[in-house]
Amino acid sequence: MIAEAGHFALILALFTAIVQASLPMVGAHHRNALWMSFDKPSAIAQMLMITLAFACLTYSHVVSDFSVLNVVQNSHSMKPMLYKVAGVWGNHEGSLVLWVFILAAFGSAVAIFGNNLPPTLRARVLAVQALISVGFYLFMLLTSNPFERVFPAAMDGRDLNPLLQDPGLAFHPPFLYLGYVGFSMAFSFAIAALIEGRVDAAWARWVRPWTLAAWSFLTIGIGLGSWWAYYELGWGGWWFWDPVENASFMPWLAGTALLHSAIVVEKRDTMKTWTIFLAILAFSLSLLGTFLVRSGVLTSVHAFATDPERGVFILLLLVIVIGGSLTLFAMRGPALRSTGIFKPISREGGLLLNNLVLTTGCAVVLLGTLYPLFLDAVGGSKVSVGAPFFNAVFIPLMIPMFVAMAFGPILSWKRSDLIQAALRLKTAFILTGLICAVILASLDHGPFLAIVGLGLAVWLFVATLVELGERVRLFKGPLKETFGRLFRQTRASWGMTLAHSGMAIVIAGMAGVGGWKVESIQVMKPGDTVNVAGYDYKFIGARQGQGPNYTVIEGKFEVTQDGQHVTVLSAEKRNYPVRQMPTTEAAIHSLFSGDLYAVIGDPEGKDGKFVTRLYFNPLVAWMWAGSLIMAFGALVSISDRRYRVGAPSRHKIKNVTVIEASGIGQT
Amino acid sequence: MKRKYKRLTFIGLALLLLATAAALTLSAFEESIVFFQSPTDIVTKPVSPNKRLRLGGLVEEGSVRKKDDAVVTFRVTDMTNTVNVSYRGILPDLFREGQGVVTEGIFVSGVFTADEVLAKHDENYMPPEVADALKKSGKWNETSTEMKNQGHLLGGGAK
Repeated sequence: MIAEAGHFALILALFTAIVQASLPMVGAHHRNALWMSFDKPSAIAQMLMITLAFACLTYSHVVSDFSVLNVVQNSHSMKPMLYKVAGVWGNHEGSLVLWVFILAAFGSAVAIFGNNLPPTLRARVLAVQALISVGFYLFMLLTSNPFERVFPAAMDGRDLNPLLQDPGLAFHPPFLYLGYVGFSMAFSFAIAALIEGRVDAAWARWVRPWTLAAWSFLTIGIGLGSWWAYYELGWGGWWFWDPVENASFMPWLAGTALLHSAIVVEKRDTMKTWTIFLAILAFSLSLLGTFLVRSGVLTSVHAFATDPERGVFILLLLVIVIGGSLTLFAMRGPALRSTGIFKPISREGGLLLNNLVLTTGCAVVLLGTLYPLFLDAVGGSKVSVGAPFFNAVFIPLMIPMFVAMAFGPILSWKRSDLIQAALRLKTAFILTGLICAVILASLDHGPFLAIVGLGLAVWLFVATLVELGERVRLFKGPLKETFGRLFRQTRASWGMTLAHSGMAIVIAGMAGVGGWKVESIQVMKPGDTVNVAGYDYKFIGARQGQGPNYTVIEGKFEVTQDGQHVTVLSAEKRNYPVRQMPTTEAAIHSLFSGDLYAVIGDPEGKDGKFVTRLYFNPLVAWMWAGSLIMAFGALVSISDRRYRVGAPSRHKIKNVTVIEASGIGQT
Repeated sequence: MKRKYKRLTFIGLALLLLATAAALTLSAFEESIVFFQSPTDIVTKPVSPNKRLRLGGLVEEGSVRKKDDAVVTFRVTDMTNTVNVSYRGILPDLFREGQGVVTEGIFVSGVFTADEVLAKHDENYMPPEVADALKKSGKWNETSTEMKNQGHLLGGGAK
């Protein structure tokens, strides 16, 4: 009964979404208040329906109802409860339910908190949201019904893929989807604005918090995915430039550009057409990502078995959404008027540079990801474009942006002076020089690019802090006043400082592990010791064990440095009997300077010998710490006062224009 | 500065960025694109020794041997031809005899020395290139029967 209720709720959600997509849209066109007023109730009703469907599916998984096909394929009675719940979205059908559930949740958030939006804009935004939902409901109901029954019911399930039975991957899809789907808000607002024919500061104030939220979630999602790959796959790597990874990275790049250009629209009433374009781009790339992952058209190390029929459906959806929105953009975009003018050397100019570099980088990633597909389609050879390509093209492109990133916040709006800005950063130049000299002296070797990376990280971090110091006039007045200024900084500027310094920490981590990773592969018998980067790994031995739904071989290593005990690492090789599938659990001990990392393979012979893979990964944990700081920075920025108080509505705007204009210089 | 010139500055900057990206792309494409070859491709067409390539097919039954110093050797087949492969390290968890595999590396004195054996996350997953290589050698049906049986439940959801 529960599964049928879920299925029925899904169908009802489809019909509600059809109402939500049509009536308010037509109503907004004819200025018919009654028709427009359908937007809010239908958005909330749609959200309730899909919540019900999601709850039904979760219930079926939690109680292990093996008469539901989706549960049979992805669950097992012995599976721990965390993974019974995570198993709901750990498969194709369930992940789509999660997708539309998040979409509907965002839509109802607009319905509930959007009372101060102009009614036509709100009606159109919700209608566009619902149009996307309709596409996904049809996709689910026609090709991927999560509530399909099996008769007779199975005795037990086939278990969730053991690689997914992991805390990192339990939460990776929800965060990733919150990011992907979050960009649908910016997209819906962009389409609605194109239909309305106007984009102003009020519009930007609505779009920016949603974009920040989406970006923050996506940052965490990508971070979790990369962390999972790092410890679960046991290759010691954290990013492979694999198509599935690129699929999540492209919307991130476009989203980063969008959240910066939205500032310009809000503060300076310019770069509107470009911002609209970025909003369309970010969401289109999210859809493309969903397509690449769900269709299996590209060889990926992260690929799961897929069904081509479904790929075609998503491709169709992709063509309609991207084609439709870009056509609308081409028709209406040029009519948007900007008023703000600025010189190349200015805050706007800096943000535009950021946008240009990020979109160029995004184009490079897109080219590298789709090139094999393109070549295959025209009947050429089968090729793969891997890490060497992206490292050689993407990284050099980003370097000038990181240099400029330190200057951006110190430039003033409209027109600025580069020499003046450089003078204000002179402390940063001196400090960076000193720190880099110390680092260079302590390193006896290293690849050029990694050294450049470390230098950039130091520069960005120091300059970001110096900029904060400049803003609060540190050492330029009484300390008390400085503290006063520090507390009066807007949340948005705190967010910027946090996110930029987080980025610096991420770059340091990437450079560290990229340049100075030490790896050692060998056969070890109990008692053997191997030295990796100054740490002695002594193999104590391996023993058999039993987990809740797997058997395990656990290999222990005692790690010492100059005879001093550091830690005991316990690397696991698990075997999940239901799927007859082994997994590797790397043993990791994170230090400030880097990670001690050990993996064991299969036993070699009878005398307790194992193939072992030992690593020292310098600074690697900094990447995840930095990503968290970036994501946190975005959340701090969302909490900025201007998004909460006096949230703009158009009839009020005229009265506050004067105050706004004078407030611009401060932020 | 007039508005027109301001605009030109940015267009110039954008073009400069694009030109840099294009130049970097073209120079990197030559060196970093890796071609996929099936065992038949390799046997029929000579391969230059230092060229990096991807080799894909099925791991031949009974061909996996463990050597000293963590080296593993196996044969990759498309059921028509086979190629000897050697790899040093820990093989991915889902590496099995009789199943699809994609390896990347170079030829060293007649043996394909892989430094990367692509793992997959799902035992029902067959890399599209491997499927194509098997179709080309006309052996797709024999090998795919097993896949279909395994994929039976998974595929069932779509109908």
